[in-house]
Amino acid sequence: MSRTFLGMPATAPPGVGHLRGDEPFPAAARRALADPQLRRNLGHATTTIRAKSGAVIAELPDWQQLRDAGSAIKADVMARLPELLERLEAAVTAAGGVVHWAADAAEANRIVTGLVRATGHDRVIKVKSMATQEIGLNEALEAAGIEPVETDLAELIVQLGHDRPSHILVPAIHRNRAEIREIFLRAMPGVDLDLTDDPAALAGAARRYLRHTFLTTPVAVSGANFAVADTGTLAVVESEGNGRMCLTLPETLITVMGIEKVVPTWQDLEVFLQLLPRASTGERMNPYTSMWTGVTPGDGPQAFHLVLLDNGRTAVLADEAGRAALHCIRCSACLNVCPVYERTGGHAYGSVYPGPIGAVLSPQLTGVADNASLPYASSLCGACFDACPVKIDIPSMLVHLRDAAPHPRAESAAMAAAAYTMDHPRLYAAAQRAARLSRLAGPRGRGLPPPLSGWTAGRDLPEPPPQTFRDWWAAR
Amino acid sequence: MSSRDLILARIRAAGATPAGGVPRAYRGAGAPADPDLFVDRLTDYRAEVHRCAPDAVAATVATILPPGATVAVPPGLPAGWLPAGITALPDDGLTADRLATVDAVVTAAAVAVAETGTIVLDGSPDQGRRILSLLPDLHICVLRPDQVVAGVPDALTRLDPRRPLTWISGPSATSDIELNRVEGVHGPRHLHVVLPAGPPA
Ligand code: SF4
Repeated sequence: MSRTFLGMPATAPPGVGHLRGDEPFPAAARRALADPQLRRNLGHATTTIRAKSGAVIAELPDWQQLRDAGSAIKADVMARLPELLERLEAAVTAAGGVVHWAADAAEANRIVTGLVRATGHDRVIKVKSMATQEIGLNEALEAAGIEPVETDLAELIVQLGHDRPSHILVPAIHRNRAEIREIFLRAMPGVDLDLTDDPAALAGAARRYLRHTFLTTPVAVSGANFAVADTGTLAVVESEGNGRMCLTLPETLITVMGIEKVVPTWQDLEVFLQLLPRASTGERMNPYTSMWTGVTPGDGPQAFHLVLLDNGRTAVLADEAGRAALHCIRCSACLNVCPVYERTGGHAYGSVYPGPIGAVLSPQLTGVADNASLPYASSLCGACFDACPVKIDIPSMLVHLRDAAPHPRAESAAMAAAAYTMDHPRLYAAAQRAARLSRLAGPRGRGLPPPLSGWTAGRDLPEPPPQTFRDWWAAR
Repeated sequence: MSSRDLILARIRAAGATPAGGVPRAYRGAGAPADPDLFVDRLTDYRAEVHRCAPDAVAATVATILPPGATVAVPPGLPAGWLPAGITALPDDGLTADRLATVDAVVTAAAVAVAETGTIVLDGSPDQGRRILSLLPDLHICVLRPDQVVAGVPDALTRLDPRRPLTWISGPSATSDIELNRVEGVHGPRHLHVVLPAGPPA
């Protein structure tokens, strides 16, 4: 492991949080592929979002220039991280906030649990945050006798359905309206039994259910999309207003944020506030963005804590060929365009970070041995790179990580099949065309796109010629 | 070693090297705002827009409010913006429970972005505490003519990051059900924007 001595970049520790799956990707994917409803739900949702996003991106004449700027700002941040974090800490402290540093998930959970305990309350409202899912904060709070209430509609659907999130932005993307109605009728206390599956009615049910909780819970936990080093300003981008509730109503606000989320200047937000909504929900601007700097007397929480989280990020930073994964602004565009994600859904990836970005970020955060099959969960078609608003070259990173991954026996045949196809340019090009065609064919496209179809199409894969396989390894 | 020092040491050991500069070839601040585009974008996200004469703000607000409405009022709201016949509740520290029962809130804004159909509130006296524009189900926002700017970069140059900022683009909505935008979750379900015309040229 990389925790050889103190002060060296370290991966996220096992045993806490949700970065590791229970089984390798091919096994989990096979189960997902056997669920036609899941595939229909995903196909419908990702088709919708691709169209919306494409339309609002086409409105901007300078989308590529914004991507260039976003990418360069993030690269600059990675090179100046210590200085920027120290500036952020100073600015937040000067504005009345308290900054905490958490080396890993266990420490972050300890800090947050301790802060909630100190308020004397036993319930917190939460606004959707990948960082707190990553560290398993809800489980840690529950173990300490504190009830975490997810207030984001999709998180609520997941929590009430005793389910797991399957998408960065829309954790319940695998559920359609009829299934959501069933979950609400089954698990939402006080729900109107005449509830229909009209999306507006479902949203209305969530509004009524959570209103009282918002008004009576004095502690909130949030993540953050951006933090400005110069000013100490935090930003949360959302849609429903549950974020505003959590950031405004309570007495105490605790924000957990990965160290890579810092940006240098106020002006830098002009880039990300244009990139993020268009790439993620396909809107010119999301309904609500809240920004706050420390504590404002007489307005909003009067106690503010910022927890800065490492949990493997420094290990990602230490890998020159992989560190750009930290540029990710969690828009989920790469998920929405990925032919593999569209067929398997998010659960198959095991980690809270699914899809193309998850296939590179999760193995880097945990060390590639703990997520060895994820770098293969891709057909390397390149759609994710094109869609990424900060231009992360995910395909190249996947190839780099495949190099680093140990190869469990059970997967070698599938990997060999993948390798064999990719070793034959003509075959590979044909496979890519087939993948595109099968996407055009919509619901009829069933298994994984080639070359990964070998994982799922049949058990009796022909052994590829060993010579070719070795050549392929050697050539990379 | 504190976790702070540990993390900073790990980052330094990771050895990310300085990158080149940041190319900012995208459209920056300074272009003139297009008010028609602003109206178009607001409407597209289901905000209702009311253009009116400079002296017709109160009359316009009256057409939006239900008769006899109880309205939360930020401390510095221009008195001339409120119509007669309503119950005005000045915010002298109204509780959340009280605010949750009022019919509406009327605020000003700090700046608005034409290209995205966004209004930004910064907690100035004519806008009040963040909670004011959050709990009532109807938010009426009156913009002064010079507050509409072209794009996001223009808005940031006008805003003070030390103030609590709320960027609002249409009524509360969600994309969580099959990735379609549906209006009406936790924030105000009705957003009306009143745009008095500038003084005649
Ligand atoms: S890798 Fe790029 S496209 Fe994928 S979620 Fe992150 S920012 Fe979005």
